[in-house]
Amino acid sequence: MNRIDKLFRQKTGNILSVYFTAGYPKLDSTVGIIKALENAGADMIEIGIPFSDPMADGPVIQRSNERALKNGMTLNLLFDQLNNIRDEVKIPLLLMGYLNPVIQFGVENFCLKCSETGIDGIIIPDLPPLIYSEQYFSVFNHYDLYNILLVSPQSSDERIFAIDKISRGFIYIVSSSSITGTKDKFTDTQISYFRRIQEMNLKNPGLIGFGISNRETFVVAGQYSRGGIIGSAFVKVIGQEGNLNENVSQFISNLKEK
Amino acid sequence: MNFNVDERGYYGEFGGAYIPEMMYSDIKELKDNYIKILDDEKFKDEFHSLLKHYVGRPSPLFFASRLSSYHGTKIFLKREDLNHTGAHKINNTIGQILIAKSLGKSRIIAETGAGQHGVATATVCALMGMKCIVFMGQTDIERQSPNVLRMKMLGAEVIAVTSGNKTLKDATNEAIRDWIGNPVDTYYIIGSVVGPHPYPDLVTRLQSVISEEMKLQVREVSGKENPDYIIACVGGGSNAIGSFYHYLTNEHVKLIAVEAGGKGIKSGETAATMVMGRPGIIHGSRTMLMQTDDGQITEPYSISAGLDYPGIGPIHSYLHKLKRVIFDNVTDDEALEAAFRLTRLEGIVPALESAHALAWLGKHRFNKEDVVVVTISGRGDKDMDTYIKYMEKGIFNL
Repeated sequence: MNRIDKLFRQKTGNILSVYFTAGYPKLDSTVGIIKALENAGADMIEIGIPFSDPMADGPVIQRSNERALKNGMTLNLLFDQLNNIRDEVKIPLLLMGYLNPVIQFGVENFCLKCSETGIDGIIIPDLPPLIYSEQYFSVFNHYDLYNILLVSPQSSDERIFAIDKISRGFIYIVSSSSITGTKDKFTDTQISYFRRIQEMNLKNPGLIGFGISNRETFVVAGQYSRGGIIGSAFVKVIGQEGNLNENVSQFISNLKEK
Repeated sequence: MNFNVDERGYYGEFGGAYIPEMMYSDIKELKDNYIKILDDEKFKDEFHSLLKHYVGRPSPLFFASRLSSYHGTKIFLKREDLNHTGAHKINNTIGQILIAKSLGKSRIIAETGAGQHGVATATVCALMGMKCIVFMGQTDIERQSPNVLRMKMLGAEVIAVTSGNKTLKDATNEAIRDWIGNPVDTYYIIGSVVGPHPYPDLVTRLQSVISEEMKLQVREVSGKENPDYIIACVGGGSNAIGSFYHYLTNEHVKLIAVEAGGKGIKSGETAATMVMGRPGIIHGSRTMLMQTDDGQITEPYSISAGLDYPGIGPIHSYLHKLKRVIFDNVTDDEALEAAFRLTRLEGIVPALESAHALAWLGKHRFNKEDVVVVTISGRGDKDMDTYIKYMEKGIFNL
């Protein structure tokens, strides 16, 4: 069974998924951050493949992408770094990145490497659902890789149902019409959008992402979906001075603290 | 042969709309409405009336007799440099601002490299009383300050982009990010035949006025039914496709697109996408793209800020593949020399971009009776600093 399905079966709420950019802050930070996250209690990890032109990302993730590329990060190197990751790490791992590096790597080859590495899912924001289902579904499916699709406040009910139909694993609920980045709280408009999706009773579970920065927003995400995804706020943390493990552990426990 | 975009938004294997879900509703709204609006009689009347009375169209087709003697052929210049704001860019912004109005949008965003598209956008926003925000790379702001001041005088807010390499491609990313964040009231006026479908087709149609006029003018001015050659510079490719459009199905007309070779292909410092690139995805479109082996988009180089885009319009990738258009490139130095030559022989200071098209005249042997049309996409006012620098060095003091 795909580890993503297993997670959603075992844990009903407050699922915490964390994004970070591979190769940031240092080229070889990747594996250490994954382990620190699992130890600190993250439920799922989205490993960012750095790209020169991350058009759906805000300043924090943009800068981490630039830094990672300057450090020399490549997709090949990332797969090398993750080579033995499944010896230790048990939680679901996803790769998140833009379409061009994946296409240049070769989609089939990419899926094969993901499968060998123990990657459970992929998030590619600039791969639209229609192109995915027509061109890539069969190869993703062959390697049991889940392609996680996004819905946004501008997505119509009809479209959300269509996205739900071709989704596996979970649906990424983009919290606002915005690029990635942190906000302190959700607005009423956002809450009514979360409710709209909740009332649609989709076949896939949902996680809310974009704009989740603290315990308050994470808790709200958990009220209206199965949990939340944190990106920019965490990337800030790993960019800080000090002991990485301690920083990560403190950040995660602050989020989850009862 | 059909060179139009198909119903799915592709030119052969190129084009499409590789966009995040957050942009889907805006792109769909435009896709569902643009043809309807363009075909609407009211739109056509307003568009053509503004082109005539505000922009000053039709732009002349001028027989350049001294340049013709120099190159031993008959050269005609399509004078887009005489348009209001000094380049072909305004043909597109007039059309798109009318579309924005018709879609009920109140806030306009645009990207700009050299500043010409930014100025053309700020101009139509002033004309229509719309809020205007222009994204421009910090590097470009520093090297194109007159255009920045001009946009500000026109009432636009110019936002300095400090991400990536701080140039055109990053300004485009930032405009896309702004649009993602403002999906309801905002319309994005893209400046070339690039970006997700339907933008390449929309901008192609709006710029096709260039070759529409040429068809009448060539007959009138040269006496021949068709030109033998049409030469245009290409970055994203909007003046080139505008110049070629109505001749695409006429195989007797040779179409030449000239890319910026920069310091030469071998130097690596170049913007010649067709030579250096391979298919990839940039700004929502599958097209020829300058990139690393790892799929990271690289920063092109050219002396001309309007040509240093790492991609190219998907229609050009298609025309290149079909060999309907010949793509070649000239270096910075060749372009500079051609700019000085045109200035001295005809009293016309061309934009550095247009100088690339002119430079190709020296790379080809024409017949004496050939009718050769060169599109002067813009005027050289914005490039005076560069020209003066080279004049003072004495290099091109012809």
